[in-house]
Amino acid sequence: MLYGLTVICAFLLAGELLSRLAALPVPGAVLGMLLFTGWMLLRKDIEPRVARVGAGLLRYLPLLFVPAGVGLVELGPRLAHEGVAMIVVLVLSTAITLGVTALTLQWLLRRRARG
Amino acid sequence: MVDPATHWHEASGWLAAYPGLWLVVTGAVFLLADKLFRASRRFPLLNPVLVSILVLIATLRLFNVSYTDYFAGAQMIHLLLGPATVALAMPLYLNLHHVRAWMMPLTIALVVGCVVGIASALALGQLFGLSAATLLSFAPKSVTTPIAMALAGHLGGIPALTANVVILTGVFGAVAGLPLMRLLKVDDAMVQGFALGVAAHGIGTARALQESETAGAFGGLAMGLNAILTSLLLPLILAVWPI
Repeated sequence: MLYGLTVICAFLLAGELLSRLAALPVPGAVLGMLLFTGWMLLRKDIEPRVARVGAGLLRYLPLLFVPAGVGLVELGPRLAHEGVAMIVVLVLSTAITLGVTALTLQWLLRRRARG
Repeated sequence: MVDPATHWHEASGWLAAYPGLWLVVTGAVFLLADKLFRASRRFPLLNPVLVSILVLIATLRLFNVSYTDYFAGAQMIHLLLGPATVALAMPLYLNLHHVRAWMMPLTIALVVGCVVGIASALALGQLFGLSAATLLSFAPKSVTTPIAMALAGHLGGIPALTANVVILTGVFGAVAGLPLMRLLKVDDAMVQGFALGVAAHGIGTARALQESETAGAFGGLAMGLNAILTSLLLPLILAVWPI
């Protein structure tokens, strides 16, 4: 387990360093994920000891958002002020994104099937 | 003889100062919320993260505990978010072979969905008068929670707000996504899964997986690719978008 955790944390560390050294606007964790993806593409498989730890982390991924999400408790005034507008924006924007993506992909696939 | 009340007073004082308390409470609340979610046959509105957050906020209010004190204990859980984000590369890698057969249509649909997701949040947010920090917290709302939080923190948003907005986006997509697509006469499992993954990340993907394996696989693929593309495009869009 330590081996897998060390490898994954090493990718995270490399991503964080790269983000700062190259002054990229992309978060270090995302760069770490990209580096890890590149490593698997090069190897053409997932190292089993790393896969075990990765699967363990992903299994409880939702739990890991909870401590930050509870921070909502400090946003009372902002929610009271903007809450209704937030819900409207969330619903409309998500519906538009979903509809446009689905219709675009369906149109492209049908066009290709015909052509 | 020592008064039991004095004992209790000492013990509760120690407990309130013990950092492990909120670690245990967070874990226990999540396990119960997850149990409730499964018992409801994964009804999206009973999303375990959402239920856990609401129960914990109510608990903190009830016992008059500050978020700083709560987070001192719960941050041990929070610290695993970084490594878990890196581990998201694994399902992405396993789904990547789907791209090869449908390279062009999927790439175009991904770029369109990614840009529309960001632009519609920013434009509607401005239309409805959201403040700058709220707008920046909303911009990455279609992306999987850990990456959306990292992006919001990086670009001047509020990660705690983003976490909740992202989860609500996923819940809305999971509840309304398939009915909306049927209304638009989109009935292909691959298209439905992909759109749910782009617009509603992991929660949408979980809903797609309930429909079919195909929908689930394309949802997972779309979610991973959209997280990467949004990370790259969002800073560029924000650089030119007047906020």
